[in-house]
Amino acid sequence: MSEVSEVMVDVRGLDVSFGSARVLRGVDLRLERGRTVGIVGESGSGKSTLAKVLVGTVRAASGTATVDGVDIVAADRRAMRAYRRRAQMIPQDPYSSLSPRRTIAQTLAEAIDPVRGRVATHEQLIGEWLVRVGLTPEMMHRFPHEFSGGQRQRIAIARGLIIDPHLVIADEITSALDVSVQVQILDLLAGIKDSLGVTMMFISHNLAVVQRVSDDVVVLYQGEVVEAGPVEQVYADPQHWYTRRLLDADPGAPGFSLAS
Amino acid sequence: MTESNPAAAVRVAEAPADRARRFAWNPGLVIGLGMLAVVAVAAVIAPLVFGTQATGVGTDPGQASSAAHPLGTDTLGRDMLARTLVATQSTVLMALFATVLSSVVGIAFGIFVWLAPRRLRELGLRLIEFAVSYPTMLVAIIVAAILGQGVVQVVVAVAVANIAGFARLTANLAAKISASEYVTTARLMGVPVHRLALRHVLPNMAEPILILIAGAFSGALVEISGLSFIGLGAQTPAFDWGTLLNDGLSRIAVNPIVIAGPAVALTFTSLAALMVGDGLAAAANPRSNSTRARLVRAEGEPAVVTIEGDDTVLIADGITVKHGSTGRPLVSDVSFTIRRGEVLGIVGESGSGKSLTASVVARLLGEGLEASARRLELGGTDLLGRVSGRTLASKIGLVYQDPGTALNPALVLGTQLSDVLTIRLGFSRRGALGLLARAFEAVKLSDPEGRLRQHPHQLSGGMKQRAMIASAMSTKPDLLIADEPTTALDVTVQREVLSLLKRMNEQSGTAVLFISHDLGVVRALCDRVLVMKDGRIVERIDDVATLSEDTVEHPYTKQLLAATPTVAVKVPAPTPGEARS
Repeated sequence: MSEVSEVMVDVRGLDVSFGSARVLRGVDLRLERGRTVGIVGESGSGKSTLAKVLVGTVRAASGTATVDGVDIVAADRRAMRAYRRRAQMIPQDPYSSLSPRRTIAQTLAEAIDPVRGRVATHEQLIGEWLVRVGLTPEMMHRFPHEFSGGQRQRIAIARGLIIDPHLVIADEITSALDVSVQVQILDLLAGIKDSLGVTMMFISHNLAVVQRVSDDVVVLYQGEVVEAGPVEQVYADPQHWYTRRLLDADPGAPGFSLAS
Repeated sequence: MTESNPAAAVRVAEAPADRARRFAWNPGLVIGLGMLAVVAVAAVIAPLVFGTQATGVGTDPGQASSAAHPLGTDTLGRDMLARTLVATQSTVLMALFATVLSSVVGIAFGIFVWLAPRRLRELGLRLIEFAVSYPTMLVAIIVAAILGQGVVQVVVAVAVANIAGFARLTANLAAKISASEYVTTARLMGVPVHRLALRHVLPNMAEPILILIAGAFSGALVEISGLSFIGLGAQTPAFDWGTLLNDGLSRIAVNPIVIAGPAVALTFTSLAALMVGDGLAAAANPRSNSTRARLVRAEGEPAVVTIEGDDTVLIADGITVKHGSTGRPLVSDVSFTIRRGEVLGIVGESGSGKSLTASVVARLLGEGLEASARRLELGGTDLLGRVSGRTLASKIGLVYQDPGTALNPALVLGTQLSDVLTIRLGFSRRGALGLLARAFEAVKLSDPEGRLRQHPHQLSGGMKQRAMIASAMSTKPDLLIADEPTTALDVTVQREVLSLLKRMNEQSGTAVLFISHDLGVVRALCDRVLVMKDGRIVERIDDVATLSEDTVEHPYTKQLLAATPTVAVKVPAPTPGEARS
């Protein structure tokens, strides 16, 4: 690319409706290359829908969304197919996101080459990535049920990043994991993200988890962005009542109590 | 990546999941396969050994059972035992071909329907439903009547009749599998749709398809024999069990033994196939072989010493849970007490045994588990002895993790939540509903009378969980067990539900056993906390208020505290000249 824009994601006035329900209303989001934005909100806030728009599985009703130089609201099928390789989603549930009948190597080879997906051609790269996510190359011929939830999520991370995407969207990737595993996965993801210089969108309902990996935070409430800014600033001095309520209710927040 | 070896750390923290799928052999499957093996041997060997005996015209026509001809002879003097054995080959091969043909075409059609664009898919699904609604035997007869007599015609007819069953199963399974996250992810990666079908969809439907194939083979055997019996199948001089039955029918009054051979052979083979099918189904279902849970009294020195007359509600001494068949320990010697009005928290990660411990207390242990305890008493009742459902229902209230699945979507709240009051505690329906309405009021559900007539989908997750708490508290239990009651809820809703639990506990004095993975939640709600790991209590925390990494002893508790995410709020240094309030 001759001109690399500093802005990775530029979303303006994005509206998404499912039937009569407006799921996203006039969402604006700007994300610079190499940064991580945390998207926080509760169920029904539209955070997963926003992720689906950005990976191209949900079409916006109106507004613009330019990601990595591609206008994904207007792009045709061909352009979207090429775009989807550059925007990868790491799914939430490590128990259902890996095919139980395929080895780890087969799953990763399929990510590298969706059409042929031959393991032998890519063994080197697969081995390297398994090491990178804290596993060993010998594990590549095992099946998902031989791994713990945390190990599976490591494999899911490898699958999302092995094709060198420009944008990675992590959708609640630690909510199905034990707390002691959660931290390891978060730190692993942050480490790999930094070494690759990839841009990341980190979706979570957990404010503390978002703070651990994100530079910026966007608070969604009923489909609208109610607050956005650097994490430290937003958490220390929330402007919107909903952000304050979220911070109040988080068991990880200082002074969390059940009085009132 | 850091330079340290993360893999080593991983192995300590994440024990590999003990979910290895072992094939569960069961007697039905073994016997069925053995019987099929006998049939297969007969099919291969019989024509070679008894070929001439079965087809050559004999000297003693129409004989009854004798030493030379145990199953008698037919009108041409041919030995019926030899004919039955020789006919195994043709019969089994015909059924086999019909099964293979119907499964291949049916599965292909099912997959095609799933791959097709929406309108075509809808049309295909309606077509399958239409075809399935007709009995297979009827379809087979109609197709055979159209095609005419002959072996090939009958095989095709039976295959056609069975296609719909395979197509329906395949289409249903494909729809379910394609909604799974791994297929969605692969599709997003750009995997072409026919490769999705081959790599992900087909391999993951192997088990149910195999079970259906075994059943279809058994069915095809009977159907083909039926068609041959009515003269549509094998034509003289060729013969199968169906034609042998037909030949014997005319002489059934004179010489009944001649139909014994084909009848027994048909039943034997069909039964074998069905047993294999059932055996495969049982093997695919991990719960099928498990036994009922047991809870027994264990001997030994008590770990819990109680003083007569204190306000202890629950005494649990030496709870141990083992996996029934493997004997693997899941909970080892867990002892604790709860006093009236107290909230005891159990924290731990998956596999720590915290939910199992609670299920022993509630006497709701899952199948295939064996539990024991030296002492288990709730409000003076010995839970290790015989306890009536009524006593349990009135003494223990339960709140589950996911209010979405704990409630029956088809029933209004009033009906399902008052069940325990009317069935177990002998309330009249009106009395139960009145009590429930007051309980709804206590948990601050708006319009309590109206809520009783609502279905679960009309309430939000938080409201459902409040209704569950109201129902659990309506019996005025001695102990409320809440197993991860807020894990499925949003944080702001979680706070409301936790506050409610605390208020109910303070007002009613009901003791609470609160199971959670979240130390932050436990810290805010509980009076005392047990930390569990690998089925054992590793630490007892009596002073929850000052809980920190410095006040706890066990390294695991420290690790858990360190790993629990906290929101750090550092007020940024004010920029010069700008006043911050």
